[in-house]
Amino acid sequence: MQELRNKVKELLSKGTVQTVIGYGEGTAGKVRPVFITDPGNTDSLIFDLRCKQNLAVYLLKPEVKQLGKAAVVAPLFTLKTILQLAAEFQLADGDIVIIGMDDEGKLIEFPDLAAVEAFVTRYDDLSAETKAELDRIEKMPLEERWQYWQKELSRCIKCYACRAACPLCYCTRCTVEINQPQWIAVPSHDLGNLEWHIMRAMHLAGRCINCGECARACPLDIPLNLLTQKLIREISLHFNQRAGIGSKAENTLSTFKPDDKENFIN
Amino acid sequence: MSEFEPKIVAFVCNWCTYAGADLTGTSRIKYASNVRVLRFPCTGRIDFMLLLKAFANGADGIIVSGCHPNDCHYTSGNFHARRRWIVFRSLLDFIGIDVRRIHFAWISAAEGAKWAEFVNTVTADIKKLGPNADYRRLLDAGIA
Amino acid sequence: MELLKKLSSKGWRIIAPVRSGNQVTFREIAEGADILEDFVQSTQSAKGVIFPPVEELFRYHMKKEGAELPEQEKTIPTTLVFGLRPCDAAAVNSLNAVFTWDYQDSQFKERLENTYFMPVSCSRADEYCFCTSVGGNPGDTRGSDILLTKLSTGEYLAEIVTDKGKKITELAPGLFGAEPLEAKEKNLAVVDRRFDARELKQKLETLFDSNIWVQQSLRCIGCGACAFVCPTCVCFDIQDEGRGNQGKRLRCWDSCGFSLFTLHTSGHNPRDKQSQRWRQRIMHKFSYQPDRLAVTGCVGCGRCSRACPVDMNLLEHLVQAMAMEVQP
Repeated sequence: MQELRNKVKELLSKGTVQTVIGYGEGTAGKVRPVFITDPGNTDSLIFDLRCKQNLAVYLLKPEVKQLGKAAVVAPLFTLKTILQLAAEFQLADGDIVIIGMDDEGKLIEFPDLAAVEAFVTRYDDLSAETKAELDRIEKMPLEERWQYWQKELSRCIKCYACRAACPLCYCTRCTVEINQPQWIAVPSHDLGNLEWHIMRAMHLAGRCINCGECARACPLDIPLNLLTQKLIREISLHFNQRAGIGSKAENTLSTFKPDDKENFIN
Repeated sequence: MSEFEPKIVAFVCNWCTYAGADLTGTSRIKYASNVRVLRFPCTGRIDFMLLLKAFANGADGIIVSGCHPNDCHYTSGNFHARRRWIVFRSLLDFIGIDVRRIHFAWISAAEGAKWAEFVNTVTADIKKLGPNADYRRLLDAGIA
Repeated sequence: MELLKKLSSKGWRIIAPVRSGNQVTFREIAEGADILEDFVQSTQSAKGVIFPPVEELFRYHMKKEGAELPEQEKTIPTTLVFGLRPCDAAAVNSLNAVFTWDYQDSQFKERLENTYFMPVSCSRADEYCFCTSVGGNPGDTRGSDILLTKLSTGEYLAEIVTDKGKKITELAPGLFGAEPLEAKEKNLAVVDRRFDARELKQKLETLFDSNIWVQQSLRCIGCGACAFVCPTCVCFDIQDEGRGNQGKRLRCWDSCGFSLFTLHTSGHNPRDKQSQRWRQRIMHKFSYQPDRLAVTGCVGCGRCSRACPVDMNLLEHLVQAMAMEVQP
């Protein structure tokens, strides 16, 4: 942690960046995002196993960009997000300073995005627990699967915390906020909830890097990340593509291969 | 009691399947009349949400059909569509929507007979599955 | 509980807190349900009973002569909300102030008339609670029809607060006995007062142009969770959903924290920065609403802070605002 604080002090005092986005102590043992602009204030930075929030969500916010050039404390999922944002032309190499952190809390220097790519590719996209949970749901008979998801999705109150917390939902005007036509129903009735979550999963297809923020932000503990995780697995299986591993990677749904295979078209 | 006649919505591309269906008609081939055809310039234009909107508006079954790969009038629209359907279909299946209600095909402008046969098969399949009650139950649910 | 069984046998709908995964949630319960009492606060408030997340305002049918609006057929069942916290019941006063201010909201009024509130006083609180700073307390009777306090004997002290509360006792006379000997205060949680709501209002009036709002709202992601779990938030949207010749007009929850909440048709958005929306939230609840309606728009339940994915912690921000030096 001290290594991190020293690095941040150095970046701020040298003027390399004007703000550092990191983690700090929150209420009752929670961790909260902090924005350090004063090199004398680095002691409020922490890094431990509780630091699971994906800070990349702040990188494209105008309120944060206004503060000047930023550095971000980046564990694995944040690193993958940065690569994915770069692949989508939202960030360029050198726009932000990346303070990489490994699982043990050790600082990793990344001089450029290519170095980040070399680091992240060794990690699996889905953990064993996730795969087991996906298997469990896939093995359910159709009717049971429908009941499971209806039970979960009918609880949704359309607060859009999942969208706000996701660093890849950066559209300044989301599809649901356009009312000519009102494509996805706004109210949180059962149909509106189903349409919203299906649409959100599809808009993240091939882009989601599995940080889990959507499920963590949901005030009602709906396991939303299962939907995007399912697509991560499908896309890897069918098209051998993964999100968040290349700053110049192709987007799954805007590309194709002439020999893409399926078994359901007559 | 009258037999259940499914309502089937077909999303087809103008250059191949729509023309093929036209050929079926001019060839005077009789086939099931349950299908309402929606004409698109290309299958690549078919937004995945449109299929769900069809279900919400009373469709019991859906047909999506376009040009064969490599024959797309716009060169690659159907390739993009194919990819989209692979992803979308797996998501729907995961969520518990019966993907047997959605049938995909490549039917060219010359395949009038294939269109008739396809529609007959799909109609029979959807008849067996019954009305799309599960999805339609959602329409009024969750409103006080 | 005996009383609930009695009321339910008379056709009352009972809504009570139950466990749902890791959370406490309000659900309509059937007999024998496991009602929770030992919890600090539920994730969502009970405001959905009188102000539902999605509510039909009317439905229409297009005919040759014009639109036909059939008479509403739905009846609001007599409902008892049991086991909520006193702060949640006090929140009803805030909701009522908004919905019966100038326009009398008939749907809200009908639901409120048919709903009875029977909270249970708090024997525990946590670091997020601050009811005592906004005019409440763990044994507050505001908004309740009957307030129950669990005593060390296992019995409940029942304070019959309103005529509606009296009606309940008349329906189950055998269950309400003489006043117990134990004092209520012994069984209440202690919630330290962190600020005075009147002083806060005065302080806020000087802070409109302060840049404290920018600092405080930096980490806010504009998600809307706070507004949706809040028992006093009332912002709503109206959506028309039509299918062919018929349709419905629905009212649904909305949040002033959403970036496009104040987007005008002209394209101008007076609150296009998160700091302006954060300021609006605080000002509305603690300054504007008390001015207009004489009711503070917050009951100190702490749900917003608990649900916030980035730990905004409303209480902390309010205390910080109180400590701000007045701008000359």
